[in-house]
Amino acid sequence: MKDFNYHSAKDSKEASKLASSSSAFLAGGMTTIPSMKLGLATYKDLIDIKNIKKLSGIKVSGKSVTIGAATKHVEVSNSKDVKKAIPSLSSLAEGIGDPQVRNRGTIGGSIANNDPSADYPSACIALNATIHTNERKIEAAKFFKGMFETALKKGELIEAIEFQIPEKSSYQKHPNPASRYAIVGVYVAKHKADVNVAVTGAKSCVYNDKEMSKALSGNFSSSSIDGIDLDSSEMNTDMHASAEFRASLVVTQAKKAVDAC
Amino acid sequence: MGKISLEVNGRKFEKEAPDNTLLSTFLREHLQLTGTHIGCDTSQCGACVVHVDGNSLKSCTALAADVNGSKVTTIEGLETNGKMHPMQEAFKKLHGLQCGFCTPGMVMSAVDLLQKNKKPSDTEIRDWLEGNICRCTGYQNIVAAVKEASTKM
Repeated sequence: MKDFNYHSAKDSKEASKLASSSSAFLAGGMTTIPSMKLGLATYKDLIDIKNIKKLSGIKVSGKSVTIGAATKHVEVSNSKDVKKAIPSLSSLAEGIGDPQVRNRGTIGGSIANNDPSADYPSACIALNATIHTNERKIEAAKFFKGMFETALKKGELIEAIEFQIPEKSSYQKHPNPASRYAIVGVYVAKHKADVNVAVTGAKSCVYNDKEMSKALSGNFSSSSIDGIDLDSSEMNTDMHASAEFRASLVVTQAKKAVDAC
Repeated sequence: MGKISLEVNGRKFEKEAPDNTLLSTFLREHLQLTGTHIGCDTSQCGACVVHVDGNSLKSCTALAADVNGSKVTTIEGLETNGKMHPMQEAFKKLHGLQCGFCTPGMVMSAVDLLQKNKKPSDTEIRDWLEGNICRCTGYQNIVAAVKEASTKM
């Protein structure tokens, strides 16, 4: 791994002041460090944000669950408050990677990285999340821009993610048996006004499947999406699954999620 | 370069190390604690698992600077007065290893499991060991060893 300067920031202000075009924020480092070791990414400065107290912790109000960006997956999965308010979010966190990843990886890191197969982006879309940064609030629907791309600007730091508590929800994934990343993951959330069907792993970026959302908003039953033939032309094909298989998995997982609600 | 202060297996160490030093490198090359193995070096195999402040992590995927000031336990820190830890005993008794390369990480991960779940089921053991890869044993004896240790700890 190429050399860099390590900084530990005290607060968001110091972190964004240290940021430059050749720096990265370091949270759990579950993607950043392997990418640097493999030479896929190089930075002059790594700005550790884990020690910023304000960025960790979970708050539940009547309508929302707000999770600090540097909160670890294990803290989300162990939180009784999260389990009570949004059980599907708790079980999503429990299914990320392996125990060592969950002991270290953070929700903010996962979202900022926006891996096309990551779990948390689907939760943000399904649960109408608001991403709070040190500069502004961004709706999840406008946050995930494309493969590994987000609306974040240089030096902009995620501080917290605010999830809307749904009436019912479930996250179902068909995991890669080795990495536990989603080959396809579907997060279904029924809100008062509508239903979101957030899909991860299938395309280059997480998305809300409009066709299934519409069908389920009319009739929240797995039979209403039974037999839907999704267009696979934009879906990923790799050694694990073909685009056609992914299209079929999306419907299967969505039906499972609706039934589990 | 920066100063790294760690308490490893109950002993305090303070050493200068370049900022890009991984915890695994720091343990092996700066402290000569070579019981922590580096297998895949891409955070998949788990041979490098150690405990930091009571939780298991893959030391090849953490910077030494990143865990500065923490308490670290490595495989060398499990024995007491020359007596093996019950998990090590169980791995030995039930042949939970063949070549032994993955064993330090497997044992450290399993000890962390039993700290959090005293009586895990076979499924819970297998789920927990998701991040530890063994290419010799086929896992049966490893799971049996963890189960055995759970009756002794």
